[in-house]
Amino acid sequence: MEITIPILILAIPLFMFLLLGLTGMKMSHPVAGILGTLGMGTVLVLSYITAFTYFFSGNPEFVAESGERLQAVIFNQTWLQFTDSLVIKLGFLLDPISAMMLVVIPTISFMVHLYSLGYMRDHHGVYEHGFQRFYAFLSLFSFSMLGLVVATNIFQMYIFWELVGASSYLLIGFYYKKPSAVSASKKAFIVTRFADLGFLIGILILSYYTGTFDFMSLTSAPVDGIANVYQVSELTAEGVKGIFTNSAAPIFMGASVMTWALVLIFMGGMGKSAMMPLHIWLPDAMEGPTPVSALIHAATMVVAGVYLVARLFPLYLMEEAALNIIVVVGALTAFYAAMVACTQIDIKRVLAFSTISQIAFMMVSLGVARPEFHHGVGYMAGMFHLFTHAMFKALLFLCAGALIHAIGSNDYTAMHGLRKYMPITHITFLIGCLAIAGIIPFAGFFSKDEILTACFGNSMLWYVWMSLVAGLTAFYMFRLYYLIFWWKEHKVHEGHHAPHDQPWTMTAPLVILAVISCVAGFVPFGTLVTWNGEPMFAYEGFFTNLAHLDWSVAAISLAVAIIAIVIATVMYKKENPLPAKMKNALPALWDWCYHRFYWDELYQFITHKIIFGCISRPIAWFDRHIIDGAMDGLAIVTNKASWAIRGLQSGRVQMYVWVYLAGALLLGAITAICLL
Amino acid sequence: MFSNPLIYFVVIPLLMLGGLALCRNIKQIRAVAVTGSLALTALSVWLLVDYLGLRAAGVDAPMLYTGSWSWFTPLNINLSVGVDGISIAMLILSSIILLTGSFASWKIEPHTKDFFLWLILLSTGVFGFFISIDLFTMFMFYEVALIPMYLLIGVWGSGNKNYSAMKLTLMLMGGSAFLMLGLIGIYYHSAPEGQPLTWDLLEIAQNDSISRGWQHFLFPMTFVGFGVLGAMFPFHTWSPDGHASAPTAVSMLHAGVLMKLGGYGCFRVAIYLMPQAANDLAWIFLILTGISVVYGAFSACVQTDLKYINAYSSVSHCGLVLFAILMLNTTAMTGAIMQMLSHGLMTALFFALIGMIYGRTHTRDIRQMGGLMKIMPFLAVCYVIAGMASLGLPGLSGFVAEMTIFVGSFEHADMFHRVFTIVACCSIVITAVYILRVVGKLLFGPVYDEHHLALTDATWWERTSTITLIISVAAIGCFPNFFADLIKFTFSPSIFAVIGMN
Repeated sequence: MEITIPILILAIPLFMFLLLGLTGMKMSHPVAGILGTLGMGTVLVLSYITAFTYFFSGNPEFVAESGERLQAVIFNQTWLQFTDSLVIKLGFLLDPISAMMLVVIPTISFMVHLYSLGYMRDHHGVYEHGFQRFYAFLSLFSFSMLGLVVATNIFQMYIFWELVGASSYLLIGFYYKKPSAVSASKKAFIVTRFADLGFLIGILILSYYTGTFDFMSLTSAPVDGIANVYQVSELTAEGVKGIFTNSAAPIFMGASVMTWALVLIFMGGMGKSAMMPLHIWLPDAMEGPTPVSALIHAATMVVAGVYLVARLFPLYLMEEAALNIIVVVGALTAFYAAMVACTQIDIKRVLAFSTISQIAFMMVSLGVARPEFHHGVGYMAGMFHLFTHAMFKALLFLCAGALIHAIGSNDYTAMHGLRKYMPITHITFLIGCLAIAGIIPFAGFFSKDEILTACFGNSMLWYVWMSLVAGLTAFYMFRLYYLIFWWKEHKVHEGHHAPHDQPWTMTAPLVILAVISCVAGFVPFGTLVTWNGEPMFAYEGFFTNLAHLDWSVAAISLAVAIIAIVIATVMYKKENPLPAKMKNALPALWDWCYHRFYWDELYQFITHKIIFGCISRPIAWFDRHIIDGAMDGLAIVTNKASWAIRGLQSGRVQMYVWVYLAGALLLGAITAICLL
Repeated sequence: MFSNPLIYFVVIPLLMLGGLALCRNIKQIRAVAVTGSLALTALSVWLLVDYLGLRAAGVDAPMLYTGSWSWFTPLNINLSVGVDGISIAMLILSSIILLTGSFASWKIEPHTKDFFLWLILLSTGVFGFFISIDLFTMFMFYEVALIPMYLLIGVWGSGNKNYSAMKLTLMLMGGSAFLMLGLIGIYYHSAPEGQPLTWDLLEIAQNDSISRGWQHFLFPMTFVGFGVLGAMFPFHTWSPDGHASAPTAVSMLHAGVLMKLGGYGCFRVAIYLMPQAANDLAWIFLILTGISVVYGAFSACVQTDLKYINAYSSVSHCGLVLFAILMLNTTAMTGAIMQMLSHGLMTALFFALIGMIYGRTHTRDIRQMGGLMKIMPFLAVCYVIAGMASLGLPGLSGFVAEMTIFVGSFEHADMFHRVFTIVACCSIVITAVYILRVVGKLLFGPVYDEHHLALTDATWWERTSTITLIISVAAIGCFPNFFADLIKFTFSPSIFAVIGMN
């Protein structure tokens, strides 16, 4: 493949960032916004071309004779050479998952660029302060995220991983005059940084024992009994595999170093993807402008952890223990976040917890995936859910943005009964809710069903558990839907300032994403994205997915979702005392959910009382009083000693004579004693 | 003598001193300072280009542009010069910081002329140190660089300046005493029995005649001697007080360049000449420097004075330099030199910005300030960039240096090195904590003091200073391989075969 288009995909957002960042303040607001949007539009077209070429051109570079999809390195430039084998390269890797991300990221990013043209203004059409900066940061984020997904080696991924973290920091703290936004951005950065420490150490361990950063070398090791994962191997495949199977490989605290490496790398993924207990930054990240939440904290950056696990999936397959950890963490997080989402008042928080829960679904899906079961359906399902979730969650967030823009508040208590005032938002939000609840034929139905199938294939426990969480998902989403658009009518909505639908720049993305949410489920993912590149079934057309559904699983999950929606309808459609009764029936549970199980308070305690109080302050005190005190003490002793012996130099001759005589006598006495 | 390009690194500052003596007003002083430091920068860049050309042509002597002129024959003292990739990197660093420091002290008062005289004298010492390969001359230049610090802080400083100046000078002099002992010891073992003694680094390295026993005595002497200037725990306490009291340009030069003299000396003298002892005793200093790294970072977390925060951060970052040098392998040492460059530039940027902020708000206490982003956006954005470089954001210099160090350190597979490497890695999190704490408090949030609203943003000379530094930081961060290659070549000499360096 020509390298021009891939280079442009990365270069345009970077250029836009530099252009808008350096000269944005000299431009008028609309010029900066339109430039940014046009830039992203170009990237969108180029990425679609690239992804389309990868999937459908049949180019032997991308598809083997057998129909297996291959990994192709478009370019790979040395950036920093550590040793002969450990080299950071910056490159562009095309394979099923990166090509898929090349569709997801520019789509959402472009929608958000367009949407923000309308959103980042007040009701009089006056642009917000820092509008140009906003577009510069959006471009920086798009650049970093694209660089992350096309990384050819794990260190390139780490580099862009850090960059997305920084752009997320900048965008969460966009309203930098608001203390809550500043502390939220700080929290997000530090929590993910802590996770990245694990990621970094994992990389160091992995690269030390395998001698490479390169994804293709790492993942091309043959797995027992299964054909090569991918075709190309620069490193001897035996080398990597040997590390895993070699009984002489170092053991540390009861686990092989490779298990450690993979778990530590997963820790990085837990941070970015907000898995418990490193999830605490994501709800706070909602302090950023809503389009940012849609782009970064719902659709793209937060799935980087899932993407990381998927990228290294062949390695994880060799370490059962690491995969089991992923499942447990994912399952607990999914349930926890769904519970919390049922009680929140701030609509963005509900969506944030919903995001955490849905990402956990993807993690579980990867964790339960085994090649033996349906060609590793879990892997495919995880990626499929990533794709569909990005679309409908971005849609939900953009709807939330429209609501917040119209009402001027984040709480559903200020909304209620908006369906008449904002019909387009109402319909699109409903489509989003149906999609996430998993109602046929919306996108979420298909991907969630595949995930449940994969869980079913792994163990009954996870199947029942995740079905329960899926039911909760449907419940809290429809709770939110009814509380926003139904319940009771607010009087304040009437009159001159009645809430209304938005300008076309905001409506268009909603409608487009809603349409995608309706049809995305029909994409035959099984033929496009699988763990080893081999299609799960032959490509027979765009709607082949239906034919491959496992209806026994699908029917049950559909039934669960519908029951949950019915319950939500009964409780929340009209104003009634049921919710209050529920709350009073189980006050402790409600309280714990409402306060997110007090994780934030726990972290607050650890950072302020333990790290600052018991480590930093004592160290600072020790430094000033003990170490520095010792140095000062040395000076004081020198000084005092000089003063003390200074009396000897009195200048009085009588004194000198007395000392002389005494000394002479003493010497004489000693001599006499010795001689005698 | 004057055909050797290196000699001009000392000649130009001396000419500047002469020029300054003749100056009548502040404009002339500025002109001399800026012209001179521009000439030095140009010279160091030319040297880099020419050096790369020579290396590309296949010249593989350990040092290039060598020259030697007798100075005091009875003791074999020569003025010997020579550079390799590392020295050139340091020369570029020094000249950039001198240039930006001159811009940063555009309005220094009082006694502008004297200030610049001492500042230029200090940099004469710095440049002389980096080009010397004769131990005695090196030591002399080292002292020339240290002494002016006393006056610069004592006269133009702020706060408890007499105490700080005295403390800094005495502690560094204490280090010099160890160093002097070490150097003289090296001299008396510099050649095998019956051959003339020498101060020349390259000859001593070639002779390799210091016995293992003597190395065990002399290595700690020289390493601690230079380590004091490199802010090694527990000899770092001059740094917070000294930096806090020093005027802007002096802080910049001190943290940016002088602390690098320590790291450079540790590498060039202690380890280069006594590799066996380095191999045997590295563990002691690894513990000390490992402590420095996290200790400095934790201390920085609770400080409230901007300069203290940055001084402790320097303890942490410079600790990483010595830590990496002691790993005794090519990758980690390359990382150490890159970290020296990176820390020099970004810490100079920090101190420049702190000076500019202090010059406006007249306070350095972060509790007394807030929301500066709204008042002085340019300086605030630069501060954020400096912070991002410090906490290791890819694309800026800190990241590449730290990563090279960590990857290099991880090459040691034993538990001791592993544990300390992981401890050092933890600093990336703690650094993020204290950097973001300052950024959040100082720059973001609501404006703390209404009086600050009347303050102005950066002037053109301040912009020149900060932009130059930011470009340098970004250049290292974006094209690290260029610098890594420049540095790596130095580690090829067979001398390191002794300790089994790869």
